Amino acid sequence: MKTFTYRTATDVAHGLEPGATFLAGGTNLVDLMKLGVATPDVLVDVTRLGLDEVADLPGGGLRIGAGVRNSDLAADSRVRRDWPVLSQALLAGASGQLRNMATTAGNLLQRTRCRYFMDATMPCNKHEPGSGCPAREGDHRNLAILGASEACVATHPSDMAVALAALDAVVQISGPAGERTVPVTELHRLPGDTPERDTVLEHGELITAVDLPPLGFAARSAYRKVRDRASYAFAVGSVAAAIQVDAGAVTDVRLAFGAVAHKPWRAYTAEEALRGRPATRESFLDAADAELTAARPLRDNAFKVALTRNLVVSVLEGLS
Amino acid sequence: MTTTAERAVGQPIGRVEGPDKVRGAARYAAEYPVGDDLAYAWVAQSPVARGTLTDVTVDPLVEADDVLAVLWHGNAPRLAEADDPELAVFQSDRISYRGQALALVVARTLEAARRAAATLQLDIEQEPHDSVLRTDHPELYTPEKVNPNFPSDTASGDVEAALAGAPVTVDVTYRTPPLHNSPMEPHATTALWADDDLVLYDSNQHPPGVAASIGGLFGLPADRVHVITEHVGGGFGSKGTARPNAVLAAMAAKVTGRPVRLALPRQALFSMVGHRTPTIQRVRLAATADGHLTAIDHDVVEQSSRLFEFAEQTAVSTRHMYAAANRRTGHRLVRLDMPTPRWMRAPGEAPGMVALECAMDELAVVLDLDPIELRVRNEPSVEPESGTPFSSRHYVECLRRGAERFGWHDRDPRPKQRREGDWWIGTGVAGATYPTMAQPSTARVRRLSGDSYEVSIAATDLGTGARTILTQIAADALEVPVSQVRMRIGDSTLPRASVAGGSSGSASWGWAVTGACRSLRESGREEATFDSSELIKQQEKDGKHAFGAHFAEVRVDAMTGEVRVSRLFGMYAAGRILNPRTARSQFLGGMIMGMGMALHEESVLDPAQGTWVNHDLAEYHIPVHADIESIEAEWLDEQDDQLNPMGSKGIGEIGIVGSPAAILNAIWHATGVRVRDLPARLDKILPHL
Ligand SMILES: Cc1cc2nc3c(=O)[nH]c(=O)nc-3n(C[C@H](O)[C@H](O)[C@H](O)COP(=O)(O)OP(=O)(O)OC[C@H]3O[C@@H](n4cnc5c(N)ncnc54)[C@H](O)[C@@H]3O)c2cc1C
Ligand code: SF4
Repeated sequence: MKTFTYRTATDVAHGLEPGATFLAGGTNLVDLMKLGVATPDVLVDVTRLGLDEVADLPGGGLRIGAGVRNSDLAADSRVRRDWPVLSQALLAGASGQLRNMATTAGNLLQRTRCRYFMDATMPCNKHEPGSGCPAREGDHRNLAILGASEACVATHPSDMAVALAALDAVVQISGPAGERTVPVTELHRLPGDTPERDTVLEHGELITAVDLPPLGFAARSAYRKVRDRASYAFAVGSVAAAIQVDAGAVTDVRLAFGAVAHKPWRAYTAEEALRGRPATRESFLDAADAELTAARPLRDNAFKVALTRNLVVSVLEGLS
Repeated sequence: MTTTAERAVGQPIGRVEGPDKVRGAARYAAEYPVGDDLAYAWVAQSPVARGTLTDVTVDPLVEADDVLAVLWHGNAPRLAEADDPELAVFQSDRISYRGQALALVVARTLEAARRAAATLQLDIEQEPHDSVLRTDHPELYTPEKVNPNFPSDTASGDVEAALAGAPVTVDVTYRTPPLHNSPMEPHATTALWADDDLVLYDSNQHPPGVAASIGGLFGLPADRVHVITEHVGGGFGSKGTARPNAVLAAMAAKVTGRPVRLALPRQALFSMVGHRTPTIQRVRLAATADGHLTAIDHDVVEQSSRLFEFAEQTAVSTRHMYAAANRRTGHRLVRLDMPTPRWMRAPGEAPGMVALECAMDELAVVLDLDPIELRVRNEPSVEPESGTPFSSRHYVECLRRGAERFGWHDRDPRPKQRREGDWWIGTGVAGATYPTMAQPSTARVRRLSGDSYEVSIAATDLGTGARTILTQIAADALEVPVSQVRMRIGDSTLPRASVAGGSSGSASWGWAVTGACRSLRESGREEATFDSSELIKQQEKDGKHAFGAHFAEVRVDAMTGEVRVSRLFGMYAAGRILNPRTARSQFLGGMIMGMGMALHEESVLDPAQGTWVNHDLAEYHIPVHADIESIEAEWLDEQDDQLNPMGSKGIGEIGIVGSPAAILNAIWHATGVRVRDLPARLDKILPHL
């Protein structure tokens, strides 16, 4: 591991030191440092900034502090009652020990589990721009089917982010140039020619909170995750959904897919296809297909198309 | 005194070192305090699969005060010839696989060693590599023998004619992936030289073997090498012989004149210490219409490294499982630019019985015969190939009794019949077998002051309960309570023991311990030593096996292809069970590892990079608690007096033999999908649902 300096930030402004890398729970960053994939010079610990509360927002909704631990957020009674999809997504991730350490911002900003990315001795455009993407011809069973590029086919591995994308959550950011907000759906980028950049965050920008807007029908919402063993494994496919049905017709719906793209994939096309349609299996299948026509699977991950399609149907049928 | 005899063996006594382990007081190889001048080593591994290493340069900025030595073939001490070329570290410029140890940094701190290793400049002339096992590989050859000493090929009768003339045949190819042992405790050594003697705290399965091979490399007689292996956090075969970590630590200690500690990182366990070879197995069966086998043909293709011919005995259990007049087994090997395979729990039997026991299930389907009945109809009266009678064989009883306990009788044989919600449900069965072996060992017992006894043997306890069982065996042979026995193991200077492998530890060591303790008791002397070599030499080796039957109930999600094992059940006939508590753990552990083999475990090859790309326990999946729902093991009360003084058979490995096939057969029964390429992940099932 490379030598680094370590500091604890005590207020937000003070934390924004140029060139610093933020350390939250450390469950992803420290692993990557041990693997030699992340080599920060300065680590600024942001867990003492007091960003660890879940507060009610004036018009309904919640402000989730960047430092709230995944376990605490999953257990929050308001989340469990009004946005069960988020609680379920959190609890489907990692293990109890990891969730006790992992934070809201750290979870959003965790990096891909692409096996080449996580091995510093491998070529990889994401950790060494221009070195190539061996995953495209090599191991990509769990990589992207949507929105990938020649340069990178990585997926974003978070479960929580899929639920937040479905729920129209908004990221609160504080940076050298002031404060701004970005919807979770626009936080992560598609890889394009610059896969080394995961998100639209500029260097030195700190996430301070994630706002969860009120969404009445999210009380009927669910997260379904499929993985290679019963627990403690990243998703090979997942769906977050909330649906409102009135007199047998879909009046509103939120849908997002996990493990299919470089970002949590908000299925806008499917949502559009569903609004106003009867809440039937056929509609759900048509909607899934409308979204998945854009899929460009690789040699070993075509199963994700069928898997995601089935998950959409299964989750929506379960909710309606 | 007959009332006290045999009172300990057979009791469910808890592990004698359990409290130490729970309190963290048990010491492992990398935990011994050996002095303030302890140095730490870190290995630089090859980033290419084939080539030559021409130079190693150290970044002068990094080589600060903390770095004590950088060793590679250009400056390393010369070692004597090694039987195992993997131990000839830094003796040549050749690179035989990606991940091979090319250099070692020794530093005052672990951090400094690691940092310097990461910045070493390795000058390598890379060559094209070949890492893919295939049945049409032009360099396939038939090895002279397969492990440990079986003929590669056997044949009797006319297999082709029997196949051509049979009303019913099955011709199927099964593939098993490379697997990694992944013990919880990584391979680790703390080495120090005391004058010209070498002391190694080393995690292994055979302290005297490690002392002999490391001694040989450094030109020392085995008794000048002291290997201490008090506790081992698992090995599953990968610590059966000295591994490169022991050589590297000893070398580094010699060069620096300090004690040196080397604990391999998890990632290095996926290249430097062994794995189970991938296999491609073709099984052809011919049968009469009423289900009597007329031909069995089992052909295996597998791999080894450029360094070393390791020929796994994959088809050997097929030689004694079922009767058939015409039979053939064969192994072909190709040497690739990949690490050397080694033993992994039930080497040979575990992958071999996947193919045979799934093929038997496929045959039962074609015959429209219950798979248990098919097996019963082909029960041999003697070992079919050697003609030797079985010392005991209760395979049919395991199948029948197991079927009763599992609830098999009203099973609808047709696939895809039971559905509950989104789940397809099915059941499967498969046979299990494992050879019963004993190897020469010596034990010593001494009467201590008071009424206690010290029993010594250079055995190891990998977490299996060996220390506890030996205590029980000694207590009975001495006719004293276990509290009066002090068992000393895990030290190469104790009387010579055989390896903790081949499920033979308890039999081999227990034999020597029984002999020594009986001799002391009968002679009334203060000390007695017993060497079992002569008795074992005279023993008939053929015809001795444990048997068992595995039953699985699985459910497969119709929407996702996810497989869950609702029930896993094993029924064994494995001689006398010495300690039901530790035995149960061995059986269940084997079955769980079998579940991993069926559903989860796979080292994923990238042919272009010439390596496996998953090399930690987040990406190399083994079952987790949530995967284990109902799991049970039971056994028959099997008496066999032709084995050893305890009447025991090996139990450490049989649980992984056949349990993967039972799960695969259950998946077929649930869904109608035959997965012939392990592991049975959802992407191989979903498209066919
Ligand atoms: C074995 C294993 C299994 C796992 N399984 C799953 C799983 O199934 N599903 C899943 O979703 N996740 C899984 N995870 C990942 C886990 O959820 C993440 O590691 C965790 O959420 C990261 O949070 P953290 O607080 O520890 O982040 P850190 O590791 O501290 O940081 C992660 C990144 O976020 C940045 N960062 C942190 N806080 C801020 C901030 N306030 N502003 C700006 N940048 C910030 C850091 O600089 C760093 O780049 C698993 C992890 C492991 C190790
Ligand atoms: S998919 Fe992306 S992260 Fe993976 S190897 Fe290619 S460039 Fe690297």
